[in-house]
This record gives sequence, structure tokens and C-alpha cells, in this order.
Amino acid sequence: MTILLIADHDNRVLSDATGRALTALCAMDDAVHILVAGHRAGPVAESAARLCGAGRIILADDAAFAHGLAEPLAALVVSLAGDYRAIAAPATSGGKDVLPRVAALLDVMQVSDVVRIVSPDTFERPIYAGNAVAVVQSTDEKKLLTIRTSAFAAAGTIDAAVPIEEVRAPHGVWLARFEGETLSSRDRPDLASARVVVSGGRALGSAEKFQDVLGPLAERLHAAIGASRAAVDAGYAPNDLQVGQTGKVVAPDLYIALGISGAIQHLAGMKDSKIIVAINKDEDAPIFQVADYGIVGDLFEIVPELEKALG
Amino acid sequence: MKKILVPVKMVLDANARPRVRADETGIDLSGMRMSINPFCEIAVEEALRLKEAGQAEEVVIVSIGPAKAQDTLRQALAMGADRALLIQTDETVEPLAVAKLLHAVVMDEPPDLVILGKQAIDDDCNQTGQMLAALLGWPQATFASAIRAEEGRLLVTREIDAGLQTLSLPLPAIVTTDLRLNEPRHCALPNIMKARKKPLTIRMPADYGVDVRRRLKVLAVRPPSGRKPGIKVATASELVGDLRAAGLV
Repeated sequence: MTILLIADHDNRVLSDATGRALTALCAMDDAVHILVAGHRAGPVAESAARLCGAGRIILADDAAFAHGLAEPLAALVVSLAGDYRAIAAPATSGGKDVLPRVAALLDVMQVSDVVRIVSPDTFERPIYAGNAVAVVQSTDEKKLLTIRTSAFAAAGTIDAAVPIEEVRAPHGVWLARFEGETLSSRDRPDLASARVVVSGGRALGSAEKFQDVLGPLAERLHAAIGASRAAVDAGYAPNDLQVGQTGKVVAPDLYIALGISGAIQHLAGMKDSKIIVAINKDEDAPIFQVADYGIVGDLFEIVPELEKALG
Repeated sequence: MKKILVPVKMVLDANARPRVRADETGIDLSGMRMSINPFCEIAVEEALRLKEAGQAEEVVIVSIGPAKAQDTLRQALAMGADRALLIQTDETVEPLAVAKLLHAVVMDEPPDLVILGKQAIDDDCNQTGQMLAALLGWPQATFASAIRAEEGRLLVTREIDAGLQTLSLPLPAIVTTDLRLNEPRHCALPNIMKARKKPLTIRMPADYGVDVRRRLKVLAVRPPSGRKPGIKVATASELVGDLRAAGLV
């Protein structure tokens, strides 16, 4: 029996999330096929074909898949669903958008945000913003899963690529139309996969100070920049930097929280980081309850000292 | 458009700390404060703003849950919605079954637009809107941070991992809300009084012929593995020393 994994990509680069989801699925002890649905996405299929654990790549190259819209992609996945025992996607914004649509078309109850595969039908997933972990057993014949990628390591690569098989897009009328997008600049490491994340909260006080304080420190540490919901709501940082229950979930080796109080919904997005450092002037801030190292004080004084100490 | 349907869920209040039952069967909700799911509240607010802007004539609220969920519906009515429907059940209804019930409600009503919260903050599934769109064969725009009605279509800005994406949808359509779509209004006392007189219908899942049996068996609900207590350090250089020793910088 085989598992189908829907790749996450931007038509040029295969995201790190795909390799992490692959690692999770390999634990189910099955062959895994990776579906690359995109437009002029040949290079993505070639990268996928070198992921350790991939059994075959299925490439659907069509303008309908250029922007990952849910309607054509769900129709494609349903047309391929056939004998696959499980269909999975990384729990990225794309995976979360399309997989429930597939699940309903197949009459399957999806298991979202899997953090551990206990057995081929039993999974662990966080609920209540990570304040509890549910162990659930799926009674559906087919399993539909989104994988929380921060819980799994990236798959390695191999030299000998597995075969790439091309399939055609299903016919259909797609109602939603792509109008445009505003993508954030990519001059920093990707938040979801960076080894080090420097995150800022409302205490930064303005978009300028957010950039002035976090920018140089992140540069020095080769870190991605993150933000609390409060900082994003206040307009200090764009939405794609939000870490939390409803934003991105990260688990870097080192997470540095600057001026973040540590609301439950923020902790849900970062508390699985290996080492957490918190700098906050309120010594009772809940962030200190999860921090391995805490400094109580003014971040505007401490961050420059930190940079100096780093040399 | 004529009608907007907004499904809402009653959940443990966002500010309450969930208590995991000692026998691992779930979260203990007895005596806890229940509220409208924050994302659903944003959905209600957006529907009302569309109505107030003359883009819609009626806002109908539906909830699936216990009798107490009437409080949640009354809150949405106090915010300004026109009428409400409770599909009453004490069972936990999974997103797929919720989507099937909503599908039946859509067939009864039928609305031009359904706005839902992108996820409920209890089970964190993030599925119902997409599933409903699939069952109806309607277009979907999830994680909306802006909605504009324009010449019979809907322009929706979505929060995606790489930034923002804008989709144009014909009606009828499904939209799910993200946090930054709007800030819901507070309910003034006169509106709360007025909401008591607004129509609220109660039905049962069986009335819709939908099988709501669970597909996922919950084997256990456990507290998350805790973190080891950390330490406070006095200075930045002390911190850097510790991080260097751990090979992190």
C-alpha cells in the first residue's frame, strides 16, 4: 500500500516542509509517492525525486496549478486517490487550504496537524493551542493527514533520482480566480525551517524599531525573524512572520523572544523549540515559564549588549 | 447579495486555561466559561459590515452544539444578525459531519455567501469551511484578511505562508476568516435586550438526515510534555557564554 504526499512549492523551489512531511510518512512503513502539481514546475519535481524516502514523483504541470488554488488541486488529488491508503500534505497554508476539500470529496474525516504517527491508523495531534495532545484513531478506510512539519526532521537527499511520471490535469471549470499576490522578501532564512529564530513583540513599539532591533541581531545569528500576534496586529511586522496557534509553528534550535509576554496562542507556535531565550522587562511574563534562559530587563538596552557579546 | 449565512461554534473561552481530565478522556469543561469562537465572531462581524454597507440584506447565524449554544447565537443576534438556528446535540460533532449539516442548511436557506471562522480554538482542525465548499461545489477563499464585494463577485485577500494572495470569487462562495479581517464590535445593552426577541429556531441533526457518528476515536487526551524549568541570567554576556557552551551560537 502506498501513501500520496502533496508537495508544497512555489513552482521553483520545493519547500523544506515537504521533506519533513515525508520523514513523518516514512514512519508509516509504506511507499510514498509525491505529487508535484504546478506550472512549469519541472525543477520542483526533480528536487522531490532526490528526497530520501520518495518512491515515485507524480508531476501534474498545468496553468490551472500555477497558484495552488484549492479547486483544481483537490480535483486532481481526488482523480489520483484510487488505491492510496493515505493522502497527506504538510500543514502549510496551501496544505490546510486544499486537503479538507479533498477529504470531504472522499467522505473522509481528516486528521489535522499530526505531530506523531503512533501506528498506520493512530495519530497524535495538539488541541487547545497545544495545551493538550489528543491521540486519535481514524476509522476511515483512507487516512487524510496534514503533518505539522516542525515536529519532524527534514528528509535527506540521494544522488539517484526516482522516476517522474507525468499526469494530466482533470477537466473542470474552476470558479475562484487568482488576482494577484504580495510576497514578502526572502532575504532572511525561512521562518518555518530556520535553525535560529529571533521574534519580537508589542514592546518593540513601532515597525521601525522592530526592524532596527531585530534586523542586526538576526543578521548576526543567520536567523529568521518572527513576531507575536500583537506585533503583527499593531503593524510592526507582516502577517507571514506571525508565530502562534494560528500563524506559523516553529521549532528551531534556538528561539529568542524579545518583548513577547507569552500569550497561550504564541506559546503554541514556539514551545517545542529546543532552547528558548526570553528577554522581557516584566519578570512575571508567562514567556519565562517556557524559557530556558531569561533576562529581565529593557530589551532596547540588552539587545545591543547581546550583539556586542556575540562579537 | 440577499443572504449571508454565518456558522458559529461555542468553545471554551480563549482566556480560560484548559484542564485535561485525569482519566485522559478529554478536557474538563464543567463550570468553565464558554464563548463564541473568536474566528466565528470575526465572521459574524464581517457579515454585518457587508449588510451595513448595503451589500447584503439578511444575516443568518447557525450553530451546532448543546442547548447552551443558544447563548452564543444570542450574542451574534445582539451584534446585529437577523435570525438564528441551533442544531442541538450534546455529542461532539466532527468537522466533516458539521459540513454535512451545514450543506443541508444551505440547501434550505439558500445563502449567497457563507462566512466561517478558519478554525475553532478548541479542536484546532481548520477544516469545516473547505469541506462545506467541497460538498457544495462552491469556490473557497480561506484565511481572509480583507473582503470586498464588487460587481457580483467577491475580492478576498488571503493570508498565506509567503505573504498575501488575492482571489476573485463568483457567488455563491465560501470564505473563512483570519484574525486581521476586522475587530468585532461590543454589544450594547439595548441590543442584547432586543436580541432576546429575534427568531431562534431549534432543530435536531436527525431532522437533516445526516449521520453525525464520529469517524475519529479519541483514545486519550493528555497534557503536553512540559519543559524543564529554565534559569534567569543577569547579563547578555552571561547568556552568550551559556549559548556558546551549548553550541548554539
